[in-house]
Amino acid sequence: MVERPHQQPSQQQPSDSQSTVISGRHCLTDEVRHQFPILHQQVHGQPLVYLDNAATTQKPNAVLQALDHYYRCDNANVHRGVHALSERATWAMESARDTIQQFINAASREEVVFVRGTTEGINLVAHGVAESILQPGDEIVISAMEHHSNIVPWQLVCQRTQAVLKVIPILPSGELDLEAYQQLLSERSRLVAISHISNALGTINPVAKIISIAHDHGIPVLVDGAQAVAHTPVDVQALDCDFYVFSGHKVYGPTGIGVLYGKQVWLDRFPPYQGGGEMIRRVSFDHTEFNTLPYKFEAGTPAIAEAVGLGAALQWFSHYRQHSLWEHEATLLYQLQAQLKTLSGVTIIGNAKEKTAVCSFTVAGIHPHDLGTLLDHCGIAVRAGHHCAMPVMDFFNVPATVRASLAIYNTTEDIARLIKGLEQSMEFWQ
Amino acid sequence: MNPELKQLYQELIMDHGRQPRNFHKLSPCTHVQQADNPLCGDQLTLYLDIKNGVVQDIAFQGHGCAISMASTSMMTQAIKGKSVEAALTLFKQFHELIMSGESSENMGRLIVLSGVKAFPMRVKCATLAWHALEHVLSANDGQAITTEY
Ligand SMILES: Cc1ncc(COP(=O)(O)O)c(C=O)c1O
Repeated sequence: MVERPHQQPSQQQPSDSQSTVISGRHCLTDEVRHQFPILHQQVHGQPLVYLDNAATTQKPNAVLQALDHYYRCDNANVHRGVHALSERATWAMESARDTIQQFINAASREEVVFVRGTTEGINLVAHGVAESILQPGDEIVISAMEHHSNIVPWQLVCQRTQAVLKVIPILPSGELDLEAYQQLLSERSRLVAISHISNALGTINPVAKIISIAHDHGIPVLVDGAQAVAHTPVDVQALDCDFYVFSGHKVYGPTGIGVLYGKQVWLDRFPPYQGGGEMIRRVSFDHTEFNTLPYKFEAGTPAIAEAVGLGAALQWFSHYRQHSLWEHEATLLYQLQAQLKTLSGVTIIGNAKEKTAVCSFTVAGIHPHDLGTLLDHCGIAVRAGHHCAMPVMDFFNVPATVRASLAIYNTTEDIARLIKGLEQSMEFWQ
Repeated sequence: MNPELKQLYQELIMDHGRQPRNFHKLSPCTHVQQADNPLCGDQLTLYLDIKNGVVQDIAFQGHGCAISMASTSMMTQAIKGKSVEAALTLFKQFHELIMSGESSENMGRLIVLSGVKAFPMRVKCATLAWHALEHVLSANDGQAITTEY
């Protein structure tokens, strides 16, 4: 833990309601919803139903207040001023790092690197692997379920190093073909990069198993946790993953900030990602001595307010991150899928046994893009498109899908509104 | 459903969206142009047969939302038989219609697409094929067109 500066203005304490334990008797969503001011608005004359949470989540008051407080009271550059504000800003940012470390149960705070988001985290690891490991003919293993941000960086690296990209296929259920995965691993495999939860299908991949199989062959594993942190417990030491990346904005925090967790042995081995201030210890024109972890990977002035906001988001979310929340989301997904199945012409894409928070579907005769516009006019925000997972769309032979994705504040009523909106849209389309 | 939506999805658009005209491959032809909207996955292939400065025939294949299918279908009807010059003029007029709502004379039934103006997120759907057309007519090389600039 970093030392707290003396003149710290009083931080916003979590309100009583935030520490309320969720139970069957207590209505979780009422309590949660009033902490999200954005949810209480009308869109096209209808109360907003926000079901595009896999794209980004909304932010609770605790986060809005943390950002506001930071800029009103503490703003300064970090790690370089001797004055009070700089000390406070540094403290605020470094405490956020501690919060993250606890949130994902990293072994040390040095293993928690601030990045812009999942995409930058993956690119950082791809750069490190390319510079310090890959030889021509080596192999990187990803899956056919990945978001483009866990495909393209590896393609670029493979082009540059003449390494080869291997892809674990998907099964028609929307699950990974684990047998094919085992066949795919070879003595040339250098890294497995896999999503924890698929943003297009909602599949929860058996990452612990995938990691242990890879480790049996001595291969490190990167887990793309963009969709997972808000919907499932994450313990990087229990998983034993070598890298874990996620974006703040998908777990109730600000945009522009994310986390790369990396085991120290790997981060020590990787060269810096970018050069600049903050990441050096001493510079002369002959030689630069790099800073220690995690600063070696944090060149330039970081997104300080956003880091503080992410810390606040995770602290806030920690109050709710328990079994009853996963149950709440599972119940909603169950209701959503059961009701979708009663509508004629609806096909759910992705029917993995282990699935959460995301439901992709198509409606016969209506293009997802048109459906997105129709639902928007019912006040319902969903995503229509390929969800940056074109290989998944190709596999299921659809150009695009409609995706409804859930978060902590969604309700049974939201599901009912979506179903009603779909019925109205289908009627309109007749 | 509200009036803006009715304005967007007029009967004529629904009709062309469901049963696009000139929806087939054209061979032989003088030009083939791909058009993709990576945002929503729309993919169209435009075929043109241009001889003596006139678009003798035009057809398309692919998939997309109702707006893009209808816009492309109606475009092929409007363009067939026009001189390259007249087709380019129509492109400019159509663009003007979608972007600013200003309609010129002789736009004919294309006017029904003016409802798109109220839906900024859908403008690209309506203009995708038209950009591909303009690309061909301005005699650029045959690179793929996207609406993402
Ligand atoms: C599974 C997955 N990976 C990566 C990303 C990329 O995240 P970001 O755009 O925040 O870097 C996303 C977000 O859409 C995602 O869902």
